[in-house]
Amino acid sequence: MSADVELKNVWVRFGDFVAARDVDLHIGEGEFFTILGPSGCGKTTLLRAVSGFLEPSDGQVLIGGRDMAGIGPNRRPTALIFQNLALFPLMSVWENITFALEVRGVNRADRRKRATELLELIALPDQGDKMVGELSGGQRQRVAIARALAAEPDVLLLDEPLSALDLKLRQHMRSELRAIQQRVGITFIYITHDQGEALTMSDHIAVMREGVIEQVSDGTTLYDDPGSSFVASFVGENNYFRGTVVDTDVSYTTLDTPSGRFRGRTSKNQSLRKGDDAFVFIRPESIKFDSGLDNSLQARVRNQEFEGNFWQVFLDVEGENKGLKLSTVNDGRHHENISGDTVSVGFNADLAVVLPAGPLAAE
Amino acid sequence: MTSDHIRKMFTLLFVAGFFLFLFGPLITMGLTAFNSSEFPRVTPWECFTVEWFDVLRQDQRLMQGIKTSFFIGIGVVFVAVPLGLAGALLLTQVPDRTRPWYYTILISPILVPGVVLGISTLIFWDRMGQMFFGDSVFYNGYFLTILGQSTFISAYTMLIFIARLQRFDPALEEAALDLGATHVQTFRKVLLPFLKPAIGSAAVLAFLASFENYNTTVFTVVSEATLTTVLVSKVRYGINPSISALAVVIILITLIGACYYELVKRRELRAIDNAKRVAGGGASVVQRRFFAEPAAWLILLVFVVGLGTAFVAGTTGVDECKVEVKEQKRVQTEARIKALNERRAKEEASAENDSVSPAEPRTRAKGTENFNSIFQKDNLEGQMDSSKSDESSDKPARKGTENFNSMFDQGNLQGEESEAETRPEPEPKSRKGTENFNNIFDPGNLNQPDAK
Ligand SMILES: Nc1ncnc2c1ncn2[C@@H]1O[C@H](COP(=O)(O)OP(=O)(O)OP(=O)(O)O)[C@@H](O)[C@H]1O
Ligand SMILES: [Mg+2]
Repeated sequence: MSADVELKNVWVRFGDFVAARDVDLHIGEGEFFTILGPSGCGKTTLLRAVSGFLEPSDGQVLIGGRDMAGIGPNRRPTALIFQNLALFPLMSVWENITFALEVRGVNRADRRKRATELLELIALPDQGDKMVGELSGGQRQRVAIARALAAEPDVLLLDEPLSALDLKLRQHMRSELRAIQQRVGITFIYITHDQGEALTMSDHIAVMREGVIEQVSDGTTLYDDPGSSFVASFVGENNYFRGTVVDTDVSYTTLDTPSGRFRGRTSKNQSLRKGDDAFVFIRPESIKFDSGLDNSLQARVRNQEFEGNFWQVFLDVEGENKGLKLSTVNDGRHHENISGDTVSVGFNADLAVVLPAGPLAAE
Repeated sequence: MTSDHIRKMFTLLFVAGFFLFLFGPLITMGLTAFNSSEFPRVTPWECFTVEWFDVLRQDQRLMQGIKTSFFIGIGVVFVAVPLGLAGALLLTQVPDRTRPWYYTILISPILVPGVVLGISTLIFWDRMGQMFFGDSVFYNGYFLTILGQSTFISAYTMLIFIARLQRFDPALEEAALDLGATHVQTFRKVLLPFLKPAIGSAAVLAFLASFENYNTTVFTVVSEATLTTVLVSKVRYGINPSISALAVVIILITLIGACYYELVKRRELRAIDNAKRVAGGGASVVQRRFFAEPAAWLILLVFVVGLGTAFVAGTTGVDECKVEVKEQKRVQTEARIKALNERRAKEEASAENDSVSPAEPRTRAKGTENFNSIFQKDNLEGQMDSSKSDESSDKPARKGTENFNSMFDQGNLQGEESEAETRPEPEPKSRKGTENFNNIFDPGNLNQPDAK
């Protein structure tokens, strides 16, 4: 079974500090939903409000349409995978996995049987009698998932479960998690501060900043049509110029910046007027060594990095002290070292987006 | 010699001194348990014996005291461990700001002198009894001592639980709750297993703290007597090496316990280490088994050899040795008496030379049944006779117990036992002047007779 989750005007306060500010979310049944945000933005707090460890100071949490007010964590149809997994160190793997059944009074033989099935599901057959301390990080990760699934929750909550793993394992576990979610078909609410993780796995992503949900959408929209300067700078890499709006219509907006005049798409999510302070964002892969595009500028090559399939080129631009980053596919033509050269680069207005000035994600 | 050498020497000296300071008293006491001397001492060494262990076993009062201490200790464990755990858990629940206050209050019984705790426990429960039942229903040594000791021992156990709880990941509790466990189930299945080692340590600590407590116990024990109160009263009335024997037994139990604990801990460490190796592929840190440690073998060797010699030497040849020692003492005493006699004779001779009236010394000698009668010839001879006639030599001395020198007399120390043994006086004549100090040099008296 699976259930949808709804947060209605949820506020969480710790004294004077507001950890969640008027959060409104609807998470559909059977969805893989990700909450993405930098450290300390209130992701865990929100998850704890859903799992029942924390009562919102204001607002409602509904699971499967049912108001959860006053219902403790042990009576909610949720299971939480903790940031540090919180496996029981004094129990064996199979005892960990079937803890939820044990507390319900399921007998030992049935529990063993269920453990075998779940170990099969997480691809750890015959490891049930080990202690959790004897498992590798990735294996422990999967045990935590199995333990949560054994409780047969309607909603599985995952709090940065992959953050402790190394890159290779993390990438592997991403697809594994996605596969498990599709197999069991329950709602997953996944928390991460890693935008790559969010983009690869999720049906929908909510971007959060300082207790506020900035944007909820699917991954491609988030990347191509960021709703705020924060989202634009947080999700993926972005170059930006700051300037004043000199001309704007439904499709395009023109900015005057210290480095020149640039034109980009007008954001669908925000309205701009002439004279407003604004940013124009351009993805590194949208900047080309081409002066014949909608926008163009002169820059000096500071240095370049070779990444195999990509070249990353760092440029110094007059009037901008942070420089530009340009990514270009390695087609074998840029192997010569061009550091120190002055180059002409440009980008198309369709691939740049103009957003009102606002907070940016920390580098 | 470089300064480095000097530093090394100094360090060595310091370490040696430090260990001597720590273990010197214990070793000395341990040795006295095997000396046949009536009084616990190492020098002069008399005979190697284990008879004090027998004496210890037959000491009814001490044995009863140990039993009482044991039951009180068990009682304290059952009160102080749950109380300490409750206190430690309370501290995890209160808000950070008020925690120091709770902590101070809970820990304060440790800072209160045990005497105060004892008296206040006694008075409080007496009042309670008077108030609610009109008489001293709580006036029971076991009840009061268990409660009195538990007041501060719970604070000790609480410290142990706090230390352990600090390493508890509260997320585990939340994980259990999240998986549907009730609070009781969470406590039983997650927290309690985690606390198990701490419960063990706390129980041992509580038991030991109770077992060795005196300050509080002496007030609350009322008509009962624990090991410590018995020991203290024994010291007051004179001790014998059976107390050292008790010390040896306690030290041995402690050593065995420590070795066992070390063994268990090593096994645990090895298990964890193995687990880590399986997971991480690193090299093992704790490879050595307990009995691969040279130190362990050394301890075991000393232990076995010591125990072996103790029982071989302690059970064979003791009697012969004792006779020998007695003989030696007699010879020594005789020599001393002889020397005294000679000196006296010289003095008398010089006194006569000083032309004092000849009658005077005579009278003096005659009239003093007290100081110098022991120097009279027949008197001495009598003594020697009696000492030859087997063990009866000590009996005259026992008769003279109205004076100080029999303070460490076996009969005195053992009370009733020796009373029954009193035998007829072999030489009544020699006993004449014994209501005083002068039989201090009585050979029979000096030959501290043994228990039997
Ligand atoms: N119990 C609490 N009391 C006071 N402040 C708290 C409490 N729990 C969280 N906060 C604050 O709320 C904010 C959000 O915390 P939260 O744990 O939700 O962050 P997060 O987004 O999960 O961060 P991370 O990615 O580092 O886990 C933080 O600033 C934190 O200091
Ligand atoms: Mg968090």
